[in-house]
Amino acid sequence: MREFTRPEQISLSINNEPRNVVVYPGETLLYTLRGDALGLTGAKPGCENGDCGACTVLVDGVPVKSCLVLTAEIEDRDITTVEGLNQAPIQQAFLDHMAFQCGYCTSGFLMVGHALSQHVDRADEDRRIEWLRSNICRCTSYQEIADAVAAACNGLD
Amino acid sequence: MKIIGTSVPRKEAPNKVTGRARYANDINVPGTFHAVMVPARQAHAQIIAIDTDEAKKVPGVKAVITGKDLSVLSGDVMEDRPPLARDKVRYWGEPIALVVARDEAAARRAAGLVQARYQPLPVINSIQDALDKKAALVHQQNGSYTVATPPVYPKKHSNIADEANVTKGDMDKAWKDSDVKVKVHVSLPQIDHAAMEPRIAKAEILADGRVLIHASTQAPFEVQKLLAKYFKLNPGQISVTAPLVGGAFGGKAGVQLEILAYVASKAVGGQMVKIVNTREDDLATSPLGMGFEADIALGASQDGRIKAAEMRFFMDIGAYADSAPRIARAIAAQCTGPYAVPNVHTDVYCVYTNHTYTTAWRGFGHMPMTFAVERAMDELAEALKMDPLDLRELNAIRPHDVTPTKARLTRSNLGDLPKALTHMRQLIGWNGGRVEALGPGRVRVQGVAAFWKTSSSPPNAVSGALITMNSDGSVNLSIGAVEFGPGTKTTAAQILAEQLRIPLDRVFIHEDVNTQVDPEHWKTVASLSTYMVGRAVLDAAKDLMTQMLMVAASVLKCSPDDLDYGDEKIYVRDDPSIYLDFKDLALGYKYQEGDSIGGQLMGRGKFMIRHLNLLDQQTGHGRPGPAWTVGVQAVEVEYDQNTHQYRILKAATVIDAGKVLNPAIASGQVMGGMNMGLGVASREGIFYDSDGRLLNNQLRLYKLMRMGEQPKQYLVEFIETPQVDSAFGARPIGEHAVLAIGAALANALSRAANVSLNMLPITPEAIWRARRAR
Repeated sequence: MREFTRPEQISLSINNEPRNVVVYPGETLLYTLRGDALGLTGAKPGCENGDCGACTVLVDGVPVKSCLVLTAEIEDRDITTVEGLNQAPIQQAFLDHMAFQCGYCTSGFLMVGHALSQHVDRADEDRRIEWLRSNICRCTSYQEIADAVAAACNGLD
Repeated sequence: MKIIGTSVPRKEAPNKVTGRARYANDINVPGTFHAVMVPARQAHAQIIAIDTDEAKKVPGVKAVITGKDLSVLSGDVMEDRPPLARDKVRYWGEPIALVVARDEAAARRAAGLVQARYQPLPVINSIQDALDKKAALVHQQNGSYTVATPPVYPKKHSNIADEANVTKGDMDKAWKDSDVKVKVHVSLPQIDHAAMEPRIAKAEILADGRVLIHASTQAPFEVQKLLAKYFKLNPGQISVTAPLVGGAFGGKAGVQLEILAYVASKAVGGQMVKIVNTREDDLATSPLGMGFEADIALGASQDGRIKAAEMRFFMDIGAYADSAPRIARAIAAQCTGPYAVPNVHTDVYCVYTNHTYTTAWRGFGHMPMTFAVERAMDELAEALKMDPLDLRELNAIRPHDVTPTKARLTRSNLGDLPKALTHMRQLIGWNGGRVEALGPGRVRVQGVAAFWKTSSSPPNAVSGALITMNSDGSVNLSIGAVEFGPGTKTTAAQILAEQLRIPLDRVFIHEDVNTQVDPEHWKTVASLSTYMVGRAVLDAAKDLMTQMLMVAASVLKCSPDDLDYGDEKIYVRDDPSIYLDFKDLALGYKYQEGDSIGGQLMGRGKFMIRHLNLLDQQTGHGRPGPAWTVGVQAVEVEYDQNTHQYRILKAATVIDAGKVLNPAIASGQVMGGMNMGLGVASREGIFYDSDGRLLNNQLRLYKLMRMGEQPKQYLVEFIETPQVDSAFGARPIGEHAVLAIGAALANALSRAANVSLNMLPITPEAIWRARRAR
C-alpha cells in the first residue's frame, strides 16, 4: 500500500483496463469508482458502513465492499465492477428469475453471485446463503435471488 | 389478450443487471455543491445559541444556514415542521443547521464544527409520556398551526396532534347482545422503510428563475406544489425530476430534503446543490414509520357473529404531523379489518412525541391496524373455541355490506374474501390451528390473518397519459408515476401495447418523471398507480386510435367504422388487403404527389378519482377510496418451546388481484411484501434510550431480514374478481402482502408458546419475557 498525504495519481486496473485517477488519501474505492473521472455508478452507496453490500465489487475476483476499502490500498489489483460483467451467466439468471425490483441492491448481489459461481464449483445451498448474507435486499423475498444464484452456480437455465 | 396476463420482464430490467440503471445520485453535474445537515443530538431542548463561526472558516464552505434564517413551516396536512429546528429541537436527529460547501468533505468537516447550546426539556419518550396530564408539550403551538389539508383536529395544550373517530350502530345494545367479549392491547415500535437507496435531493435555481429539482421521490408533483407554496414561487417555475427510485415504501412520499436542497441552492446564488442522506440520516433524521398502541375490544354472539368493535388506536407519530392525520383516517375507515361489524366505535389519536417524525409506511397504517384487529380475532376464536379461519369466514365482509364509515360495498369495489379464505385452506393445508408436537419441546403450528385496504386518497386525485408516435409507427408513453420497483412503468406499457395491439417492445416509456414534461399524477402511492394510470392510458389509447382511424378513413376513402387494426396496420375489416401501416400515419400521411395530411398523432388521456369524500368529523362517515382489496395470509412455523427460537417454514398469501396483469411481477410484489412484513414482525424496531436518543441508526443495528432467514417456502395464489372500473379489472396489490403476515406469525406463535404475543418484534427474547410476565 502506497502512503501519501495529498491527492496523487495512481493506476488502477478496472474491468481489464488500466485507468489512471487522482485520488485523495482517505478516498474509498466506492467514491473513486463513482467519481466523475471513472463514472462507474453501478456500485451503489447504501450505508457506507459495510452493512448492506450495495457497493460490492470484485478485487482480484473476491467480493469486497468498496465503501470499506481505500483506493490507495488496491493499486495494481484487478477490480471488476458490474459494468465489467459482460453478459455473465449471473446477469441472465437475474433476468430469468426477476431477482430484483427497484434494482438498487442488484449490482452488489450480482457481484457476489458471480464471484461465487466462479470460485466454488457447484456451490450448495448452505454455501450460497453464506455468501449472499453479506448483502441486503428490501424489495424481493430473497427467494428470487437465491434461485437466480443457484441457477448461475449450477449452470441451469 | 396477448400481453396483459403475461410475465414480461420489466422494461428497464437489462439496465438493472448491467449497472446502467441510473438513480438520482448517479447523475451528477461537475461543480455541484454539497449540503450536509447538522443533527440536534438532543431529543427535546430549547435552543439557546447555535455557533457557526468555526464551521464557516473551513475552506470551501460557502454557507451555513440555521432555523433563524428560515421562516417556513412545512407539512402536507398541518404546517408544524420548520425544515431546520427553530427555537427548540423536538427529536434527536432533527437538523439544526445546514452546511453548504464546494465538496462533501468540507461540508462534513464544517458540520462537525457547528456548536449548539441547549436548555434540555423533559423528553416525551412514549405515547404514555405524551398522554400524561402533566406532560411537557412537544408543540406549545399545537392547535394554532396552519392547516394545509383539512380535516385535522389538534387538541390545544396537549400532545394530541389529531383525532379521528368512527361510529356506527348502537354500542350499548351491541355489548348487551354479545355473549363473548375479548380485549387485546397491542404495542408496536416505530419502524424504518430502509429503502436501499438513501434519500437524496438536488436543487438548482436558474438565471431565468426556473427551479430544477432532482430527487428520489414518490411525489414529484407534490414537491413542485409544496416548494412553490413555501417559497412563494409559481408551481410552473419549478421542474421536478424523479429518476428511477431505489425503493420507497412510503418513505419517499414526504417532502424534506427537497426543501433543504432549495434553501441551500438559494444560499449559494442558485448553484446546483446536492444533499444525500447517510444511512444514519436516513434512519434518524428523515421520517420513519409510526409506532403504535391499540386497545381492541370485540364482542360476539355464541355462534361467532361479531356484534361490537370498540377500539382506540394511538399513533406515535414522533415530533411532527406529516401525513399522520391522513393515516389516522385510513385506520379509522378500515378499523374493523375485512369483517362485517354492525356496531363500531373507534377513536384514533395522533400523538406527538420526541421521537423521529413519521410518514407513510407501506400500507398507510393498515399494517399495525391489521395486527391489532387480527390478534383480537384470534383471541375471539379462542374464547369461542372456534377454528380461527372459520371465524373469519363467518364474519367476512361481502358485497352489500357497508364499511365502518358506511361506504357501500359492491361486487366490483370489494374483492372476494370468502373465496380467498377457502383457497387458503388448500394452499397452506390448514390444520384448524392445532399445535402439533414434533418432538421433545418442538411443535409445529399455523397462523392465519386477513386484510383489506383502500387508498385513502384525496377526492380530487388525478392522473394522465400522453402518447406520441415515432416515424416507425412505434409509440412513446409518458406518465407521471415514478418507478421505484413495482413495475409501474412496465404495467402501463403493457396496457398500452394491449390496447394498440402492438408488441411490448414497440412501446417506449422513459424511466424518469419530469413534472414539466409528464402529465400530472397525484403521487405514486397507495398501490393506486395501476388503477389511475391504467385508466388514463386506456383513455389516451382511445384518443390516439380515434385520430388514426380518422386519417386512415380519409386516405382509404371509407368510414372509420369500416376499419379495424392489428399488427401495426389499419385495414378495411371486410378486405384486409386494403390497409395502411401505422408508420405511414404516425407523422401524417403523405400522398404519392407529396401532399400530406394528419400531422403527428398524439393521444391524450386523463383520469380523476370519483365519488370520494372526506370523512365526517362526528361520525366518520364517508367514502375513503375507490375499492377495497382483500386477502388472507398464513404461516407455518416450527417453534422450540425451550429456547423460543422459531423457523418459518411456509408463508402464504391469497389475494384478490381482480386481474393479474403480469404474473411474475405480481408474485414478486406479494412475496417481497411478505418478506418485509415478516422482517418487521420478527426483528425490526427503532429503539430510543431514556433520553430519547435513537440507538439503532445503522443497518447493523436496525436488523433487516437477510438471505437464508426468509421462510423455506413462499406460496402465492391470486383470485380474480374484476374491479369493473379498472383497466382489465385489475385491483391494487402493491402494498398489501405486508399487511397481515406479521399478525399471522403472532397468531401462530401465541398458540405455540401459549402466551399472547401482542407486541412486535417477536424475538425469542420477547417470547421469553411474555411468558415470564404471565
